[in-house]
Amino acid sequence: MKTFSIGGIHPAENKLSAHQTIQVASLPKQAIVMLGQSLGAPSTPIVAKGDKVKVGTLLATPTGFVSANVHSPVSGTVAKIDNVVDASGYKKAAIFIDVEGDEWEESIDRSSDLVKEITLSKEEILARVKDCGIVGLGGATFPSHIKLAPPPGSKAEVLIINAVECEPYLTSDHQLMLEKGEQILVGVSILMKAIDVNRAVIGIENNKPDAIKHMQKLATEYSGIEICPLKVQYPQGGEKQLIDATIGRQVPSGALPIAVGAVVQNVGTAYAIYEAVQKNKPLFERIITVTGKSVARPSNFLARIGTPFSELIAQAGGLPEDTGKIIGGGPMMGKALVSIDVPMTKGSSGLLIMPTLESQRAKMNNCIRCAKCVSACPMGLEPFLLSKLAGNAIWDSAEKNHIMDCIECGSCSYTCPSGRPLLDYIRLGKGKVGGIIRARNAK
Amino acid sequence: MDYTAIFVLGIIGALAAVILFVAAQKFKVVEDPRIDEVEATLPGANCGGCGYPGCRGFASACVSASSLDGMLCPVGGNATMAKIAGVLGMEAVVAEPKVAVVRCNGSCLNRPKVNTFDGAKSCAIAASLYGGETGCAFGCLGFGDCVNVCNFGAIFINPETGLPEVDEEKCTSCGACVKACPKLIIELRKKGPKGRRVFVSCVNKDKGAVARKACSVACIGCGKCAKECQFEAIKIENNVAYIDYEKCRLCRKCVEACPTGAIHEIGFPARKPKTEEPKESSVEKKITLTKE
Repeated sequence: MKTFSIGGIHPAENKLSAHQTIQVASLPKQAIVMLGQSLGAPSTPIVAKGDKVKVGTLLATPTGFVSANVHSPVSGTVAKIDNVVDASGYKKAAIFIDVEGDEWEESIDRSSDLVKEITLSKEEILARVKDCGIVGLGGATFPSHIKLAPPPGSKAEVLIINAVECEPYLTSDHQLMLEKGEQILVGVSILMKAIDVNRAVIGIENNKPDAIKHMQKLATEYSGIEICPLKVQYPQGGEKQLIDATIGRQVPSGALPIAVGAVVQNVGTAYAIYEAVQKNKPLFERIITVTGKSVARPSNFLARIGTPFSELIAQAGGLPEDTGKIIGGGPMMGKALVSIDVPMTKGSSGLLIMPTLESQRAKMNNCIRCAKCVSACPMGLEPFLLSKLAGNAIWDSAEKNHIMDCIECGSCSYTCPSGRPLLDYIRLGKGKVGGIIRARNAK
Repeated sequence: MDYTAIFVLGIIGALAAVILFVAAQKFKVVEDPRIDEVEATLPGANCGGCGYPGCRGFASACVSASSLDGMLCPVGGNATMAKIAGVLGMEAVVAEPKVAVVRCNGSCLNRPKVNTFDGAKSCAIAASLYGGETGCAFGCLGFGDCVNVCNFGAIFINPETGLPEVDEEKCTSCGACVKACPKLIIELRKKGPKGRRVFVSCVNKDKGAVARKACSVACIGCGKCAKECQFEAIKIENNVAYIDYEKCRLCRKCVEACPTGAIHEIGFPARKPKTEEPKESSVEKKITLTKE
């Protein structure tokens, strides 16, 4: 079975919420819509306090090139535009909407009928994706309309759909494939038309045999779409790892996937694009896994953006008494939340509640030069060296050792028998070296 | 006895000596001898506080500079600068001595923790990840990046408050801690006459109520101090007051006006107790600070 060629680890899968049907989460009393929900600059609000909005009403428009539209996830009145503590503890601007009923914009097709025929042209698709504020739903939240318009001079040859869901615990993509397989395949066909390719590969890890079987059966009716079962290996969902695993091409250091003719999109994004293009539905809700060993009912919710995490936790059976950490995202790449009152954003793929004992870090000891981190690194880097260089502020050497290639997957820290916080230091180094490179390029 | 070996080695030696002599003449680097003289007067801490790479870098910069205006070895201070001026035959420019000031009073008592950071113990790492262990995303993180960079042992974390404190005797105002602090809390301020100075010990830019909720001694940007100040030394920007040490005349009216006790006075003799003292506790705290 295929997988990527360098490094990788296999943490315990713990897919507790697998095969839980997607439940529609109840509407919040007040939705808190963050203005900075995608990579790049926060969007600029176009509504004001007191304005009436419907579900799908445009709330904010892009600021600059890398930025996306933000739509209202609820109907009601704009209560205020104010700063709110986000998942990282910093205060960021958000639009607060008091929810009244659930009235949708008329332009949205709310029927559940499958629309197979793609009537829009390539340009119209891109415009629609931009208008609907679609961003990469795998977690990086890069605005999709930019990713689908490759830089001049490069040509996409193959579309790769990321359905590996390599993060432990998370099951939202798995369940989405089981329930909305047809829609996803139409979404993939739309993406193929948008980037003008006739081949698409959907990579699925073989811990989801039912999804592989289901998608393989459906895909026979769609031309050019193949399903590629992959060996379970973290971080297979990384763009470069997935390209290596599915089509066997290696993206060079510092280059984008388009350099080897590939465009990678998440399976959730493909579904959002189906809804945007065929149903004219902006991105204002998504599937989110709420899970954890001590959670009463690990679930997959279809929840509106702006719903406070606390309300989702309540619907999954409430916050367990022994909670050490609450992580936004999966356990490998997710970040611990400072508060559960923070709202869900377009990038929220999961919510993991960990008991105290499990959430604690191992005690840090000296490096024993076992080189496990080197074997685990999927980018072929030397994490022990990079962390030392970053810790001692030797930035030029860190750059020469390709610190900027790090994808922050955390395999090194996970595998270290001495419990060293390798990624903490490498992430610090990436920030510093990135700043130095930007300053140099600006000159 | 065969003298060939001695003879051959002698010739090789002589040849090498000639080559070395010629090379030394040809590649000779003429360096101003005054650089060595100036360097000898410098403390040799190589801290970089002057803005040049090490003491020798500063010495050569002094020699090539047209005047000593703006050149200061913060470690040696004015005495060293006077010596340098003597060596170079230039006029010494007296600079006001400065000292590092930590502008956060968010001790565990004043600013309760709301979460725990269990990553690598470094302010830079914590700051790049999130806002910190308390409700205030602007204040001191307390992991001691400033302590680690200080070459003079002049800054230390007080275990009781969890905040860094500056030893004024040892601080040379080299500015290493200022650069190391990711929250930009530490500032170099004028030492002031008799070491007296007044400053706002807070950099929280949140609105008043939010800042106060996170920390009981936060500056809430109410502006009472600015109204009280007769010298226009206080500015409120982004919900936080800042006292311009060039304009401040140390009248201490702002200290009394501050409702949260965010403005600190240091180096003053203890105040005479008043008959009606509304904020006795905060005054007491300030007095203990002055004793440090």
